[in-house]
Amino acid sequence: MEHVISMRDLSQADILQLLQTAAQIENKELQPDISDKVAALLFYEPSTRTVFSFDTAVKRMNGKSIIMAGTEASSVKKGESFSDTVQTVSQYVDIIIIRSILEGAARYASEILPIPIVNAGDGSNQHPTQTMLDLYSIKKTQGTLSNLNIALVGDLRFGRTIHSLVYGLAHFGVTFYTVAPKHLKLPLYIKNDPALANVKFIECDSLAEIIPLLDVMYVTRVQKERFADPVEYDLVKNSYQITSQLITSCNPKENFKILHPLPRVHEITVDVDPLPYAYYFQQAKNGLYIRQAIIATLLGAL
Amino acid sequence: MKVLKVDAIENGTVIDHIPAGRAFKIIEILKLAENIPVMVGTQLPSKKFGRKDIIKIENTEFTEDQLNIITLLAPSATYVTIRNFEAVKKSDARIPKIIKGLVTCPNTICITNHEQMQTKFGVESEKPVTVRCGYCERVFTIDDINKFMQPIKEE
Repeated sequence: MEHVISMRDLSQADILQLLQTAAQIENKELQPDISDKVAALLFYEPSTRTVFSFDTAVKRMNGKSIIMAGTEASSVKKGESFSDTVQTVSQYVDIIIIRSILEGAARYASEILPIPIVNAGDGSNQHPTQTMLDLYSIKKTQGTLSNLNIALVGDLRFGRTIHSLVYGLAHFGVTFYTVAPKHLKLPLYIKNDPALANVKFIECDSLAEIIPLLDVMYVTRVQKERFADPVEYDLVKNSYQITSQLITSCNPKENFKILHPLPRVHEITVDVDPLPYAYYFQQAKNGLYIRQAIIATLLGAL
Repeated sequence: MKVLKVDAIENGTVIDHIPAGRAFKIIEILKLAENIPVMVGTQLPSKKFGRKDIIKIENTEFTEDQLNIITLLAPSATYVTIRNFEAVKKSDARIPKIIKGLVTCPNTICITNHEQMQTKFGVESEKPVTVRCGYCERVFTIDDINKFMQPIKEE
């Protein structure tokens, strides 16, 4: 593995290897040391949460980091091309972690640079480290990635974490229950992708009906900007809201877990947080182990 | 005796079995008809397709890149090289596995539309033709990409 750009590139063996490395890092069997390495975090699109997670992952392994958060104070503002920026930065560091609104930016960087690249999100295309931490969270809570019933709830059209997760789980024979507002359904180009032949999609409207069947419910934010009509947004917001009352009244399975890539807004009410099913904060912590595993693997520090 | 609706040529290339109506698009994209004689037959009866187009280009043989474009626009096309009025080489056009630099990505936020770089598409399926951008990973149909095909640059 030279780069981590897209879930489409990772084989089942790659995924399982990274999950195992992350688990070994979590239980301190492995303590990779990258004290002689510097990582650049180039975030063209600011994202405090993801920057923190990557930066912490680097520092937990004694590495150093340089960070560009947004393009306000950089040469990008002066009109420097993406390729010039990354080629310059690559002269200083050992690994580059890139987030960009431009789809394919990380892939392009991986083609023109001699050092490892990690894609930390490119537009609505891929966000593979999020997917890896989601897979890690699912494996950790369910003991397996195979034959699970997983609901995808929220914005399934634009949500890149959803798209990436679907491809990540494609290796493991999963049934997805998709629950989304009318114009935020899963795109057909994903549903009909021959690479997803192993995966079953079942579209449904009612959360209550499916909760008793589920092992995992993966919830994403429905953004107000996606709606032309604010009234429609308010209607949708409430119809897909997950509350403590909804969950407990549906009698979920014992192993049932609720995941969310965060930030959460209205889609999961705070009274769900104390339930044993709520797992989103632990999920965020798992991101640390996975990002450590990815960075250490790419830097050959294992 | 078979009567030819489009005159025979001495040297050059005949592209036959083009879906009816597509010939002019091919001429535009390949920048044909600028300096060389080109004969076009359009909406000709065809046993196989009902209607078809045919293009005969004098004194020109095609490069692989050009052939790739033809197959994208006309997957059913056949391609015959003529020398001294004889058909010397006949080939069924093949859709390439990878298309480099001939098509602009229709996705406006694809990196290829913001950097000075070559586009790259992988062919996902042949019937119907769909391609996936090697950068933004989106999938497009033949109609999408026909709209975004660029005339070949001069060498």
